[in-house]
Amino acid sequence: MSPILSVKDLHVTFPSEAGPVQAVRGLSFNLDRGETMALVGESGSGKSVTSLAIMGLHPDTARIEGSVQLDGEELLGKTDDQMSKIRGKRISMVFQDPLSALTPVYTIGDQIVEALVIHQSMSKPEAWDRAIELLNLVGIPDPATRAKAFPFEFSGGMRQRVMIAMAIANQPDIIIADEPTTALDVTIQAQVLEVLKKAQAETGAAMILITHDLGVVAGNGDKVTVMYAGRPVEQGSVDDIFYRPRMPYTIGLLGTVPRLDHSSDEALPVLEGTPPSVVNLPPGCPFAPRCPLADEACLEAEPSLELLDEPGVEPAALPHRAACVKVDQIEKNHWTHRDIFPAGVIQASQYADIPREDRQQVLELHQVRKYFPLMKGAIYRRQTGTIKAVDDIDLDVRRGETVGLVGESGSGKSTTLLEILELAKPQSGTISVLGQDTSALSRHERRDLRQHIQVVFQDPMAAVDPRLPVFDIIAEPLEAFGWNKPDIEKRVFELLDLVGLEPSHADRYPQHFSGGQRQRIGIARALALSPEILILDEPVSALDVSIQAGVINLLADLQGKLGLSYLFVAHDLAVIRHVADRVAVMYLGDIVEIGQVDQVYDAPTHPYTQALISAIPIPDPHVERSRQRIVLEGDLPSPANPPSGCKFRSRCPKFATLDSVSQTKCAEQAPVLTSCGTDHLMACHFGEAVSVL
Amino acid sequence: MTKQNSDAHATSSMAVATDESLATTPELAVASRRIGRRRLIVRRFLRNRLALVGSCGILVLVLVAIIGPFFLPWAYDAVDSRAFLAPPSASHWLGTTQVGRDVLAMTVHGMSRSLIIGFLVAIMQTAISCAMGATAAYFGKWTERTIMWVIDLFQIIPSFLVIAVLMKGHSNPSNSWILMALLLAAWGWMMTARVVRSLTLSLKQREYILAARYMGLSPVKIIIRHILPNISSLLIVDLTLGVGYAILAETGLSFLGFGIMAPDTSLGTIISEGSRLASSYPWIFATPAIILVFLVMCVNAIGDGLRDALDPNSQSGGRA
Repeated sequence: MSPILSVKDLHVTFPSEAGPVQAVRGLSFNLDRGETMALVGESGSGKSVTSLAIMGLHPDTARIEGSVQLDGEELLGKTDDQMSKIRGKRISMVFQDPLSALTPVYTIGDQIVEALVIHQSMSKPEAWDRAIELLNLVGIPDPATRAKAFPFEFSGGMRQRVMIAMAIANQPDIIIADEPTTALDVTIQAQVLEVLKKAQAETGAAMILITHDLGVVAGNGDKVTVMYAGRPVEQGSVDDIFYRPRMPYTIGLLGTVPRLDHSSDEALPVLEGTPPSVVNLPPGCPFAPRCPLADEACLEAEPSLELLDEPGVEPAALPHRAACVKVDQIEKNHWTHRDIFPAGVIQASQYADIPREDRQQVLELHQVRKYFPLMKGAIYRRQTGTIKAVDDIDLDVRRGETVGLVGESGSGKSTTLLEILELAKPQSGTISVLGQDTSALSRHERRDLRQHIQVVFQDPMAAVDPRLPVFDIIAEPLEAFGWNKPDIEKRVFELLDLVGLEPSHADRYPQHFSGGQRQRIGIARALALSPEILILDEPVSALDVSIQAGVINLLADLQGKLGLSYLFVAHDLAVIRHVADRVAVMYLGDIVEIGQVDQVYDAPTHPYTQALISAIPIPDPHVERSRQRIVLEGDLPSPANPPSGCKFRSRCPKFATLDSVSQTKCAEQAPVLTSCGTDHLMACHFGEAVSVL
Repeated sequence: MTKQNSDAHATSSMAVATDESLATTPELAVASRRIGRRRLIVRRFLRNRLALVGSCGILVLVLVAIIGPFFLPWAYDAVDSRAFLAPPSASHWLGTTQVGRDVLAMTVHGMSRSLIIGFLVAIMQTAISCAMGATAAYFGKWTERTIMWVIDLFQIIPSFLVIAVLMKGHSNPSNSWILMALLLAAWGWMMTARVVRSLTLSLKQREYILAARYMGLSPVKIIIRHILPNISSLLIVDLTLGVGYAILAETGLSFLGFGIMAPDTSLGTIISEGSRLASSYPWIFATPAIILVFLVMCVNAIGDGLRDALDPNSQSGGRA
């Protein structure tokens, strides 16, 4: 059978002021019907450019060379008009951001009808019926009514379903999914991936799945192409890539990801440095500057993608190829990431030996509440409801420990952090920082207390003022607290050193730095006043996989060196497992489960925790294939109008299996946190420990 | 690794940052003095040719305005009763006006007046709009409502009438220009204040502003250090436009007789005087008009250069 899509030696070059940007250099692959190929790489590695080139959506200024054949028909060199007949009909695309991919002024039904009518001779009513059929297929409840709704009336996950419905409307041969779940919560991601699989099965289309999440690849890909600096560096079946990686970059990428299914206190192996810019690349392997194995041979010429000779391994549909001069050496010595990439050294905390109960409580939340009034009307404003963002939660952080806070977006994690950082009196309940009740503070005392509690934000670009050089950014808190000039200068260089930046960086502006380095600047600033508590709001979620590990290691090392206590908010449960000592799971403003991290992950008791952990893909194809996933129904209910009793019951898989008497209990009584093990509490009437990993 | 470093390209050289910096000692760091922010901006500004020409131009004009009168044969208010509407000659290098005043002396004096009024008004109105706009947005609540009310009030009062009445009522011609500058500034800040407010509203949500608050910075400091620099592009463009606006407003008012009063002279009064006779006696009109155009162009070039120097995203970082 000839492949449905055949890409040969694809090169894409963009012009730029600095010189030609070689975004894709020599990509080749074949794709059969019903197959999924994952395209993996960090931002800037040329994944999305590849998909645009296949679709013919690249800008006119780009130069494209090579060959892209769809079922034997050459696509490169076709005019835009000719491509329009192919786009949406034979090749369709699912974009990353479902909000901007749908036109806000048309109903979603109209948009699907439009896609159908353009490519098929179909009457409007026929197309409308087909649209409803498609919406039903992708799991939109009550599709006949919902087809008349506008995109803003849908949640992110639902919009992505609509996008998938549109993509499969014309029975395409190829679906290109460009980071289809990156903008979504993990529970929604699991739903959308299921829908995508179903859609693919329904149409028999081949799929190109572009992603940076290796877990998603393990569960959904048949073949994998790993890209680095615009070049494919390793290709093969999923098993080849995950179990027999040969290119050091692939090996590093797989090794640096924190694992959900292993508890580990060791430092993560780190890929030092950042990907090179693809303008004026020096000769040699582009990965050489970051590769611990690199020597002169690597700098001579860029290695080509060579077929690997692997006796005893059955040849797969996509033969295993790798672009590295050291392939034989790696294979012979059976090197893994542990051998190649040095794990950083993390200083053990001075508090490690002191039992938790004997440590000082540095942060304590007691029945803290934050409600937002829901207002309506322009002239006469009246309150129409209340959003219970944080609903009477208890939480404590002890000296030297890391408490993780997880949950879907909208669960109240960030609101909790902001409530703490305000250092003001909460609407009800008490917040104590280092034993001081925040409601009793004078203005002066509050300011002084700020020295001891600092924050690191999520978005490394937005968290540092782009107008200030790094020195001034880090010096800022010191100036605010009246340090004198020589001391500030000394302290700033100390801090730069502490977070692993060079002294010469002090004069540069933030945009000269990569995401990971900017996050280090943010951390240095937070540490300037030697705080005792650090609030970390998704500090690594905006970073590329290979950069993430370095920042995680840094945070762990600093905790050991300085005896810091962390309150760590993240939606990535694998990161939390790696960094946290204890974890609290939030759902609609409530903490539903809290406890020692390994207990919660290995034996989650609350159905929500179980679903959350089960939704995370694990970067291991065998594990992924055999895993039974608990997929939650629907979206997070509106926090303005949560279900009565247990807030989770509307989505609870357990609730559905209960008898009517038990269901009444769930609907009438809100469960409270009760102990279910040493240092493990959960809030469910019928919770029982289940292993979901 | 070393090869990449020698490239010194901003991003690629940083690729090796983490590993090596750990080995660097703090002593070494302090030894290599850092460049201050101000020097950094000056350096970036000087890379822009046009801005350099503009600043030289302004510098020359200012110098001429200050020391010129000491070297000129005629005073700007002196009347040569032997030369009315005389063309350029050895005694009157740029000719004379209808009443026999030396055009060169008047132009030099007028230029200094226009420069002072232009910059004074522009600086004052930008300062007022910054203070008002940023304060309103940052503090919100009743502060915002009060300031917005004041902005509305100033916008509905017809500025022309107020300025005309107050200028007419003013009896001392020698310092009429000060009052004029104050009045022009007082009615020139509202639109910018609105823009500053809306920009501040969006900046206020940024994480670095939150971070600064949680660091314990005072609101005034946050506004000065974090908010205003981030809208400085707008402020600088506004300031440059303000200079042009002020000079033109002054010209218009002077033309109608509500502005600078004789014998005091501004570029505006000479141009308006010359424009009536421009076809037959072009020398009265030409030089001040050329000077005016040159002046505004210089100011705009400086504005452009400053904006690029202050904006870290621009290309003023030079080539690696």
